[in-house]
Amino acid sequence: MRIVKTGVVALIAASIVWVTAAYAQWFGKAEPKGIPYQQVADMLHAVMAADRTVYTVRVVNRLQNEEKVITADEHFVDKKALPLPAQMFRFGAEKAAETSKTFSYSLLSLWPVNRQNAPRTAAEKKGLQHVADNKGQNFYTDESLGGKKYFTAVYADPAISQACVGCHNEHQESPRRDFKLNDVMGGVVIRLLMN
Amino acid sequence: MSRNAMLWLLWIMITVPAGLYVIAAVVYGGNRSFLLVGRTTNGHHQIELACDACHSSVFGDAEVLQNACMNCHGAELKNANDTHPKSKFTDPRNADRTEVLDARYCVTCHREHRPGITNAMGVTMPNDYCVLCHRDIGEERPSHEGLAFTTCASSGCHRFHDNRAIYGDFLIKHAGQADHLDSQVAAVVDWLKEKEGAARKVRPLIAADADAPAQHTTDAAVAAWAGDRHARAGVNCSGCHTSAPDRTAWIEAPHLAQCQSCHAQQVTTFSEGKHGMRQRPGLSVSQDGPFGLFKKTSLPTMTPAQARIPMKNDAHDAALGCNSCHSAHKYDRVAARTEACAGCHNDAHTTAYFDSPHHELLKKEMAGALPHGSGVSCATCHMPAMTARADDGSKSIFVTHNQNDNLRPNEKMVRSVCGHCHGLQFSLNALADTALIAKNFKGRPTVHIESIEWATRREKERARTRR
Repeated sequence: MRIVKTGVVALIAASIVWVTAAYAQWFGKAEPKGIPYQQVADMLHAVMAADRTVYTVRVVNRLQNEEKVITADEHFVDKKALPLPAQMFRFGAEKAAETSKTFSYSLLSLWPVNRQNAPRTAAEKKGLQHVADNKGQNFYTDESLGGKKYFTAVYADPAISQACVGCHNEHQESPRRDFKLNDVMGGVVIRLLMN
Repeated sequence: MSRNAMLWLLWIMITVPAGLYVIAAVVYGGNRSFLLVGRTTNGHHQIELACDACHSSVFGDAEVLQNACMNCHGAELKNANDTHPKSKFTDPRNADRTEVLDARYCVTCHREHRPGITNAMGVTMPNDYCVLCHRDIGEERPSHEGLAFTTCASSGCHRFHDNRAIYGDFLIKHAGQADHLDSQVAAVVDWLKEKEGAARKVRPLIAADADAPAQHTTDAAVAAWAGDRHARAGVNCSGCHTSAPDRTAWIEAPHLAQCQSCHAQQVTTFSEGKHGMRQRPGLSVSQDGPFGLFKKTSLPTMTPAQARIPMKNDAHDAALGCNSCHSAHKYDRVAARTEACAGCHNDAHTTAYFDSPHHELLKKEMAGALPHGSGVSCATCHMPAMTARADDGSKSIFVTHNQNDNLRPNEKMVRSVCGHCHGLQFSLNALADTALIAKNFKGRPTVHIESIEWATRREKERARTRR
């Protein structure tokens, strides 16, 4: 009788383990219905990269480097100048953060002019190194921050105009001064809050 | 009835009404002073009985308090180009930082009702809180190696929110300035030129044009009005003493609402400062309650008697409104900028003003010996012309009536006030010298702030490394 009881308990325990494992396998990793995280991140990046390119090339590079009618400066209000392309990007990120808590993005670099923009999390460090070492490739991963899980994507941020190269090579605070056109200068990090 | 039953009955008869009274006070208001859990900070003591100003929901969480903070202080922070905005800390990549200092919420550093731990500017964190995120600053800036984190916010170095006058490039740009600049004219002069240039052309009114009903006016009032700005700007008696939509009802004593219809930003900023914060729209000590037991009641107007700084005895009962400084029919800007202040304030800084070099300049300007804008009144420093940008990008310039806006930290005065006449080094030194401030700047600063030297030294070192 004792053997039967033990067998029943073992069977129940095994069933629970099996059902839990099966649930985790089939449903645990399943993304919610809709567009996959990676695709959403790619779409967001497409918009960000397009806006960033337009501002850098058609506004800053044209007015500052080619026509020389106005400069771009970190203290653009005091100096009556244009915001730097990196600032423009950050202002957009801050504005978006006011209206949506489901995603965030930032512009980071292994060679940041502002130390606050150096990679901080393991995913950022790995991702920035990856896009710097593997031109044309993106980096995708999951990470847990502050008790929440995020889908994190890192995209290369290349020097698309002479304005980028000139500024970073000449800036007093820049830790690297040998950038050339089309070099990877940093990366756009997009985080999507996972359900 | 047994003794126990009687005691239970007595307990219920006392507890239930007392409980209802407390609940009613929390929900509907009334005398809520017994609910105050600790002395309120100097910044909020005037509105401490308008509990709903901050605790807008009985079941509110940190977000409710945060919204309340931003309702009153949001625009100021935005204007100050806040160095540590909330967005910096809502970014998931800084989640580890918010675990040690949750700077997403104002109340992390500015806890109310905690007098025992409240420092200057309502900060309730230990003064070395910068260490929580900037522990390794010495590696990035060797010049900071070994500095105590209690010194970060020394005058002329760093501020958590407003660094407009002390950021590196600004310090470098203004290095080497003379103590007294060649041009010493307050910015308000430029503002007036711009303002007057845009003014509408109207027919000035004379005494015969006054449209006040006879029973509501006197010859003296009409004469005062006719000789002053409102009449010259074409504003008749009914312009202030009636209000849309009913232009027939006579308002004996026009209130902020009437002034605001033309002087919107002045009234808005007045209600943001300590003179008018009790009159900020939406603040009340009680709400309408059941059976007419509670009526919505606004906070009583502030009087000097309730101030926490020294005030003159004979001014204690003066209710503060526009007419406290601008008399009703003779809108005297000259009197409003010095005499009106000294009529109530009785602290060392105020009383020393009339023996200060700033006052000497004002007297010379009034006598015509110096150009307009050369004199320095109380208002020159405490109510400067400000530039504000709305969300739609539009710019407005106006004389702020929030006298507290540039007071704390006082480096906020550098750009809006001091820098129009004095070099940056002199300004920073003077603002760090509390004894000199008490003497209303009669004398020279005895404090030396080194931030400009540090910034220029760092720039030179960087330039050398670059070569």
